Amino acid sequence: MADTQIRASADALLRAPTSPRGPRDPAAIIRWTLLAMGAIVMVMPIVYMLSASLKYPYEMYNLNIIPKEPTAENYTYVLSDGRFYRWFLNSFIIATCTTVSAVFFDALVGYALCKFRFRGRYIVFIAILSTLMIPTEMLVIPWYLMSRTLGWLDTYWGIMFPGMMTAFGTFLMKQFFETVPDDFLEAARIDGLNEFQIWWSVALPMVTPALSALAIFIFLGNWTAFIWPLIVTNSQSLYTLPVGLTTFSVEQTVDWELIMTGAALATIPTLIVFLIFQRYIIRGIAMAGLKG
Amino acid sequence: MKYYRNLSISQKQVVWAWTFLALPVLFYVVIRFAPTANAILLSFQKWNLLGAREWVGLDNYVKLYNDPVFWKVFRNTFVYLILGTPASLVISFFIAYHLDKTRFLHSTLRALYFLPFLTSTVAMAWVWRWFYQPVPIGLFNNFIASMGFQQIAFLNSTTNALPAILVPAVWAGLGFQIIIFMAGLRAIPTSYYEAARIDGVSNWTTLWEITLPLLKPTIVFLVVFSSISFLRIFDQVFNMTTNNPGGPLNSTKPLVLMIYQTAFSSFDMGYAAAQTVVLFAVLLTVSLVQLRLMRDR
Repeated sequence: MADTQIRASADALLRAPTSPRGPRDPAAIIRWTLLAMGAIVMVMPIVYMLSASLKYPYEMYNLNIIPKEPTAENYTYVLSDGRFYRWFLNSFIIATCTTVSAVFFDALVGYALCKFRFRGRYIVFIAILSTLMIPTEMLVIPWYLMSRTLGWLDTYWGIMFPGMMTAFGTFLMKQFFETVPDDFLEAARIDGLNEFQIWWSVALPMVTPALSALAIFIFLGNWTAFIWPLIVTNSQSLYTLPVGLTTFSVEQTVDWELIMTGAALATIPTLIVFLIFQRYIIRGIAMAGLKG
Repeated sequence: MKYYRNLSISQKQVVWAWTFLALPVLFYVVIRFAPTANAILLSFQKWNLLGAREWVGLDNYVKLYNDPVFWKVFRNTFVYLILGTPASLVISFFIAYHLDKTRFLHSTLRALYFLPFLTSTVAMAWVWRWFYQPVPIGLFNNFIASMGFQQIAFLNSTTNALPAILVPAVWAGLGFQIIIFMAGLRAIPTSYYEAARIDGVSNWTTLWEITLPLLKPTIVFLVVFSSISFLRIFDQVFNMTTNNPGGPLNSTKPLVLMIYQTAFSSFDMGYAAAQTVVLFAVLLTVSLVQLRLMRDR
């Protein structure tokens, strides 16, 4: 699919559709009601999680959503031992560093494979693309052995290194750089910019929607990553939020209101980010999905 | 520097290309290809992390073939796939198809459907685990009991536990698939629909003769994407069965959990590596089938 088409349909997604029939059509009303009910069912687990985190234990197992006696005590208790702050910080640092690195290198490699003519280009491209077929689960054992030998176990770097570049992002960026006309690059070359400057200050600004889409994807992926941080970390002070949450929940065993509070703490930041960047996230996913 | 200046433009490009690619090529070789080779090599060896790696030929694969737990796990993995993929595709298409025709509060509804996709799988696994608890804790059973019915054993039952774990996995992925389906639907030129309307074609026929055939690339993408994610299911199972991972009686254990336990609980690295090679082969087959289907287009 052509790029302009993809962007157009990704943008079109953000506008409400124009319905062919009038709004008073009974079929449309039934459809809307069913969709609205479905939407409510979809968010119910999140609503119940938040509601439970605000309840006292005696009320915990009632079906009411609004607590009769709302309390912030669960939050004070869960945050009191300080581990959640640490896990939150760890996740944030790791996801941010990985995202910056992956977006930078994926764009760099995507550009090189798209705009430079050199022998071996095709082989490099196919080689990188073929790594998409290798599942992470196959690599975790060798990565673990490697980290053990090199002393990377239980370090930030150990958690981050496998995600520093992604084949998916490289492929996506290569596709989007196809839309940057060579004339622009040529003009910059004549102006005396070197190739790195051309990439950085001419080509990159022309693909910013793709860059932000990729950044969102990679950040989310790292924020929720579970199996590798679980394997590579040992001390609680290096856990990421998902791994910490598992440990915390196992400790609480029967105090479900505390487990729900922990789950809420892990979920609320992404919900806030979503409310702010909703349009970009949805457009980004539509764009990447249509390209993929 | 003087040497560089004397190069022709195309030679300079080659220099720049490899400058851009040097570090990435190193990365892909060291962090992707070498570990893959190492995993395959390790699958022919026996090693418990101590001592030396010992060559055992096909022993790990033979052991796998004769291991009833492996076959149970292999079956579970495919049950996740076979139930999960069609369920999530049909539901998400149904919602996307109708949401695409709705104007009132359109973006609010879409946001609500999309929201679960952004939650952390671990957090949601615990939420659903709470829902599934027996009376007087679990929400579902409290509801069922309040209606006067017999409560249902969800996670404690060898037959119900797997579907119970699958529900949150399907639920969390719906938002993504709905967005992709809606983008695909919007990419279909409206002129086709207008032509169909002028010809008096019914909605049902339009759906089967125009919408679905034109959505084929989207459908193939989503089938493969969700198949791969169900074949790799781990987070939900691990978190919903922490007291007895993959239980009860291995009835929910997927391949990735077996790999995790073999490698990091039993430290039987060679045997775990052989399991990862099987996973790799399965995923490769799925991806190749995709390429095949895309080419037929």
